[in-house]
Amino acid sequence: MKKKNMKDSKILLSHGSGGKAMISLIKKLMLDKFDNPTLNELTDSAVLKSTGEKNLCFTTDSYVVNPLFFPGGDIGTLAINGTVNDLSVMGAKPLYISCSFIIEEGLDLDILDRITTSMAKSARRTEVEIVTGDTKVVEKGSADKVFINTSGIGILQKELFLSKNKIKAGDKIIINGEIGAHGLAVMSNRENFKTDIKSDCAPLWGLIESMLSVGGVKFMRDPTRGGVAAVLCEIADIANFGIKIKEESLPIHENVSSFSEILGLDPFYIANEGKVIAVVTEEKTSSILTKMKKHPLGKEASIIGEITEKNKGKVVLETAIGGKRIIDRLVGDQLPRIC
Amino acid sequence: MCLAIPMKLIKIEKNKGIVELSGVKKEISLDLLKEVEIGDYLIIHAGFAIEKLNEEEAKKTLAIWEEIAEVQKQ
Amino acid sequence: MKYITEYRNKNLSLKIADKINKSLKGYKGTISLMEVCGTHTHSIFRSGIMSLLTDKIEHLSGPGCPVCVTPNKYIDTAIAYSRLPDLIITTFGDMIKVPGSSSSLEKEKANGGKVKIVYSPLESLEIARNNPEKKIVFLGVGFETTAPLVASTILKAHEEKFENFFVLAGNKLIPPAMKALSESGEIKIDGFICPGHVSAIIGEKPYQPIVEKHGIPSVIVGFEPIDLLEGIEMLVRQITEDKKHKVENQYRRVVRMGGNEKALSLMNKLFEIKDSEWRGLGLLPKSGLYIKNAYSEFDAEKKINVKVEKTKAHPKCICGEVLCGTKKPYECDLYGKLCTPENPIGPCMVSSEGTCAAYYKFKK
Repeated sequence: MKKKNMKDSKILLSHGSGGKAMISLIKKLMLDKFDNPTLNELTDSAVLKSTGEKNLCFTTDSYVVNPLFFPGGDIGTLAINGTVNDLSVMGAKPLYISCSFIIEEGLDLDILDRITTSMAKSARRTEVEIVTGDTKVVEKGSADKVFINTSGIGILQKELFLSKNKIKAGDKIIINGEIGAHGLAVMSNRENFKTDIKSDCAPLWGLIESMLSVGGVKFMRDPTRGGVAAVLCEIADIANFGIKIKEESLPIHENVSSFSEILGLDPFYIANEGKVIAVVTEEKTSSILTKMKKHPLGKEASIIGEITEKNKGKVVLETAIGGKRIIDRLVGDQLPRIC
Repeated sequence: MCLAIPMKLIKIEKNKGIVELSGVKKEISLDLLKEVEIGDYLIIHAGFAIEKLNEEEAKKTLAIWEEIAEVQKQ
Repeated sequence: MKYITEYRNKNLSLKIADKINKSLKGYKGTISLMEVCGTHTHSIFRSGIMSLLTDKIEHLSGPGCPVCVTPNKYIDTAIAYSRLPDLIITTFGDMIKVPGSSSSLEKEKANGGKVKIVYSPLESLEIARNNPEKKIVFLGVGFETTAPLVASTILKAHEEKFENFFVLAGNKLIPPAMKALSESGEIKIDGFICPGHVSAIIGEKPYQPIVEKHGIPSVIVGFEPIDLLEGIEMLVRQITEDKKHKVENQYRRVVRMGGNEKALSLMNKLFEIKDSEWRGLGLLPKSGLYIKNAYSEFDAEKKINVKVEKTKAHPKCICGEVLCGTKKPYECDLYGKLCTPENPIGPCMVSSEGTCAAYYKFKK
């Protein structure tokens, strides 16, 4: 197969959507070049090994959401909670955040004020400190209002060892609540629909800490861009097991179902910002769920599937009517259908 | 080109209507329908109502199958 | 969700599937059922109903994805428009990824072309209202479900005296395609699953000449799992029991026998029917809708001059044959190798209803 000429190719929006196009881009242009053992683990946060009892976890993320303010949150809450969650799903207690702003010339000061107020509130809620930062202003047209990057450092107990290598057939897959709200909340503004759907944007450390205290948690991820489908496909792929999911087990609020139907979208692929998917041992599943339900962010916690020997690398969905189909990652963005 | 969903008509303003499905509301065009009433379920496609759902027929379809399912059980 | 969830009842679905399977127990051979609607392709795959049914029923996907049957020349024209500095292309979602002869609207967008995805043609009109210094071109692609919406939007533009709104007419009609497939004799079609919402507009009549001439049972079917299963049950019953085949309507809660008269009258007022080029089927007589002269001020093809590149297609792309069901996706040399959802060569791989995309995603 002829190698594509780099000069002829351009970055498309689908390269940023969490699907196959993005994965392929990152592999070719970044992973293969940066190549090192820490990076090659490809975890949500990098684990920086130390000689002491604890390791550090380090993560970074950029936030470019449009619109800046949406029902249930804004770019500021996302910037803090998103990075906090990337640390939390590693089992690391989030401690310190950096933030850098790239601001478009002409942005209303009031907007920036609201965003930083949000960030301060979110940081206090999670007990993380924003300890360093940077601010740049670019000419009008060079950025879309404001882009925020946050990096985070957390601390990880060494005996707490979450890894894809621990996953075994029979393990259960659980989630803390209803899916699809964030992506739709952001979209509802853009598509001129009126809904009550609010983003689920929230910091997960408190919930995750309580789950870890029970024991039995093997692996976690937060289903952001690409949705639950992307996480399940990733787990099946990297653990090299199959995953069996039941459509009727997926917790979806009625208004999320309806809005997705209208736009022709599949909630399975819609971004979430306050959800964690965990692979847990069968024996501890019940106690973990009980613990989760006591936490405000885990009231709707439930089992959505299990790890199987069969169908290695694949996610098999039993549909609502008892049929079967395979779930795959999307290539780029899910586009509203009319057809 | 067929994605269309039944939504309930909750408001009429001249040739536009507001339809609702489980809390999701949208303004749509009623230009393709002759007579509609508040409470009608309309089939909504790309911002337009293309037909009115016949609720009697809707109930009939399910009733027939439910009956057959009962007979099969016996 | 009222009038949706009830048609997804698992128990009922399993019972109907069971009834179908039992009725085919002694049947020798296979039954090939073709659907001609992108949303049916999607619903069938998504619900997994074929996995509940006997292997004796073969599911064929026909040319029901309007994005897939739109020829390269149309896309190349849209791409040429998008390169004009004072013009915004407005379109439904899937169109932007479809490859033309050498580019796609998605790639043009990345190059600075103005392309906006809209949920409704009315949004396109609003964009025209808010950007009086720009020309707004709406890509009128779709079948009879969408044609009345485009007609209504052009009429509104006419009544409000818009000067910067245009439509690149591309709507097509389903019955001529079904007729061509029935006449080709290249594939065995034992029954047609007729598109529910197209039928809501056109009614039952347009299918009758095809059934009468070719004897292929045709059932108008809705989109929920129970609709699909009931529709298949009705087709199987006709094939195995009835001597004379007919048009039946499973989707009675939405489709009336005469269709939607107001919508049809609007289509008649704004559009004329002419021969039209379909990817895969060639030039089909009286199969496309074009804007009548009385409304030619909104016809992009007549009003906007642009140089369009020479049409060319990849020599190994067999989307045309896949669209008609004569070949399966995996019989294409490019499928899964050069042509993948990440790098689609033909439209069947792009649209989420495209046969190749559906196969790749759901099956193999």
